[in-house]
Amino acid sequence: MSTTTATPLAAGSSGAAQPQSAFVAYLVENVLRRNGILLAFVVVIIALSVWQKKFLSPSNLTNLVLQYSYVLILALGMLMIIVLAQIDLSVGSVVAFTGAVAAVVVVRHGMPWYLGVAAALITGLAVGAWQGFWVAVVGIPGFIVTLGGQLLFRGLAQLTLNYVSLSPFGGKYYGISNGFIKGWFGGTGFDVFTVVIFAVAVVGYAVAQWRSRAARLKYQQEVAPLPLFILQIVIVAVVAMFYAWRISQNRGLPVILIILAVFIMVYGMVMGRTSFGRGVYAIGGNLLAAQLSGVKTRWITFWAFVNMGFLAGVAGVIFSARMNSAQPAAGVGMELDAIAACFIGGASTTGGIGRIGGAMIGGLIMAVISNGMQLAGLSQGIQPVIKGLILTLAVAFDLWNKRRTSVAA
Amino acid sequence: MSENTALLEPGVVPPGAEDVILEMRHITKTFPGVVALDDVSLTVTRGEIHAICGENGAGKSTLMKVLSGVHPYGTYDGEIVFEGAEARFHRINDSEAKGIVIIHQELALSPFLSIAENIFLGNERFDRTHLIDWNRTNAEAQALMARVGLIENPTTPISTIGVGKQQLVEIAKALSKDVKLLILDEPTAALNDNDSEHLLGLLRGLKAQGITCIMISHKLGELMEIADTITVIRDGRTIEAMPGSEATQERLIKDMVGREMSQRYPSRNHPIGEEVFRVEDWTVYHPTQPGRVMIDRASLNVHAGEVVGIAGLMGAGRTELAMSLFGHSYGKNITGRTYIRGEEVALHTVDEAIAHGLAYVSEDRKRYGLNLLTDIKTNITAAGLKKLVGKLFGLVNDNEEIKVAEQYRAALSIKTPTVMAAITKLSGGNQQKVVVAKWLYTDPDILILDEPTRGIDVGAKYEIYTLINQLVEQGKAVIVISSELPEVMGISDRIYTLSFGVVTGEVPIAEATPEKLMNLMTKEKEAVR
Repeated sequence: MSTTTATPLAAGSSGAAQPQSAFVAYLVENVLRRNGILLAFVVVIIALSVWQKKFLSPSNLTNLVLQYSYVLILALGMLMIIVLAQIDLSVGSVVAFTGAVAAVVVVRHGMPWYLGVAAALITGLAVGAWQGFWVAVVGIPGFIVTLGGQLLFRGLAQLTLNYVSLSPFGGKYYGISNGFIKGWFGGTGFDVFTVVIFAVAVVGYAVAQWRSRAARLKYQQEVAPLPLFILQIVIVAVVAMFYAWRISQNRGLPVILIILAVFIMVYGMVMGRTSFGRGVYAIGGNLLAAQLSGVKTRWITFWAFVNMGFLAGVAGVIFSARMNSAQPAAGVGMELDAIAACFIGGASTTGGIGRIGGAMIGGLIMAVISNGMQLAGLSQGIQPVIKGLILTLAVAFDLWNKRRTSVAA
Repeated sequence: MSENTALLEPGVVPPGAEDVILEMRHITKTFPGVVALDDVSLTVTRGEIHAICGENGAGKSTLMKVLSGVHPYGTYDGEIVFEGAEARFHRINDSEAKGIVIIHQELALSPFLSIAENIFLGNERFDRTHLIDWNRTNAEAQALMARVGLIENPTTPISTIGVGKQQLVEIAKALSKDVKLLILDEPTAALNDNDSEHLLGLLRGLKAQGITCIMISHKLGELMEIADTITVIRDGRTIEAMPGSEATQERLIKDMVGREMSQRYPSRNHPIGEEVFRVEDWTVYHPTQPGRVMIDRASLNVHAGEVVGIAGLMGAGRTELAMSLFGHSYGKNITGRTYIRGEEVALHTVDEAIAHGLAYVSEDRKRYGLNLLTDIKTNITAAGLKKLVGKLFGLVNDNEEIKVAEQYRAALSIKTPTVMAAITKLSGGNQQKVVVAKWLYTDPDILILDEPTRGIDVGAKYEIYTLINQLVEQGKAVIVISSELPEVMGISDRIYTLSFGVVTGEVPIAEATPEKLMNLMTKEKEAVR
């Protein structure tokens, strides 16, 4: 315990605090209060697995990833936009448009899958640059520009597809969202490779956490008490390995899961650890102060929209691959799912606040609840009712949690 | 008795403490990790003007928040006795219902509503059908405006009148609620001399009408002039309550800072070096009104180890000059030349200005200086973040960041338990130190400090002056913009005067007198060219 209380800050509070009470205090202060939404997620998971026996089945856990990955991808870019105190209402249309472009390349012209992907991503970047220009350079609010974009790109999607869906992609393109890696290391009844990949990831996570903790100690900062730290690693490891074990009994490791994991790690880094990410938070927190501190506000806003366009292109590829077709009406309302994920995950409607991790959990909460309702066979009308209530209640809970814990100046 | 004291002449102190309108007994208020108020007691006699002074963070505002119910009953220890009965306010409405009205430093008016609408906001004047009676609203507003000496049409939008008049609207609003105890937090901080004078006269008039006032202020001269009683608070404790007639500047300062302050401006002894920064023929136009010249062919320079003061009245273009120099942050069609160590440089963006060693500590820290949503360390490193970015992956070293922030916390004695605390938990003076730390971390050669001591108390001011001395002793060039003449004269080596966007004079400190500077600062536009 001596290492854990080596912080100069905690030392002054009440002298030599009892290890037990310090442990509990840390648990309440840093784990429960700051991770209300994570706890909510855990509760939802437990409730769903009790309610629907099939929820934790190998095939359902695999399907979850396949069904909702594109919303998570979109939420990564949307979070950046929302922290900038902007919004992007066009992403659903851009998903349709980029998917349509890919279909024209791959299906209509019979070109290789990677050219289709490249065309979709370049289209997404161009869309982002178009919208970023109007928002960052001309100074029109993102709400207006992307409301226009929603119409514009939906129309372009329809024109590109000539009002009919194009299918099938087939082959490698189809495999992006429906492919699995399996059987490389053998195994009977389950796939060894999937389990090994997860085990490597867990070990990597533990090492990274340990190194971060060691660095913080070196700089004499507060860290979690050691038992809690180990508990955290163990919980993550157990959950991850349980998930790996379940999906390994099904079709193996989904390709899309690897893509998703890479994107989440990269964007977590960009928002949390780069000066670009810092600039995003600074602009959302106080635009004038950011400008006067030398933050390139227009440049950052422009690239945030370009990035959103790019991710909409990625989601367009993933969605069209999953459907094995490009449809004029693809992605309708998808922007709202991405926005909801950010707000459920604790982002502020007025900008400056929001984390990648929060948005991902927010997206997962929406995903598992939708999934649970589908498993239960709830009617089409009741599902949006429940999702709407969850969005409102989640934000209300977050607000209440913040008010309760924040101290008046 | 109460009738009598209410009718006492202005300036006559009610005898003894027989008619006490408010007594706050043994108030203790703690925030996690900080004791904001430690057994504070305050006694206010009916019909007096009671001044409270103390350093930033001494607990004045917290005490007033306890009194007005912002910090509700039960979140503090001690008791409040108002008009002979114990008061338990759970929200602001509770205290307003008893006749206690607080006017905050940042005025709470709705900018696009009219004066009359603002006066009766939440307290609307209805007719028999329960719709707003506009004639009655405007007529009653006119009557209240007459009481505070505000000559305007009641239908004028708030955003079109100046801060001084807005302050009067706030007081009229308080009067409309039948105020018994009026609390003013730094009422003259943002006002010019004329408006301040008018406000103080008005407070005397209200006193004659039997309204009790509690006034928080840093302007000691003003307090001694107007207050019947002065209570000094330091570090969350009551130090002394004295009749206004017995107060002296030295005594108040000693009470506030807990030490004798022999000089208000620390002395320095250092050589002035070569020229570091020179501006020639700097002309700036208004950003939205074409053809309006804000700065007209201004030229100035500053040397290493020198403090140059820029003195000018409100609207002279001080901030406009500073911000336009700092990477064209203000204005349009900017022409002129800037030289650093004799070499002409282009400073078109803030980034370029920072890269050339310029730093600008802005006048309004909440608006231009801080990201209030985040913590202290992130604010400190906001401008110099590049220094923390690793070469390999472009990632910010967040452990190093905390170390840097801790160093500035120690160097500038920023009062906080940790640099990870939210910036909003700091007092104004400590927030100002964070802004200064942010710019020091960019390692500038030329610092432009725009009103660096506005709204902060005597002790913190002295610390800022000492810091300026340390900076010039390190060979940095410092430009200080200030609306307080004693301050400009106390810290500068050389003073430029600015009037209507024109530099009207350059005065070495040895030749500077308040009269001479004021003459130059008030030159009419026609007369200067």
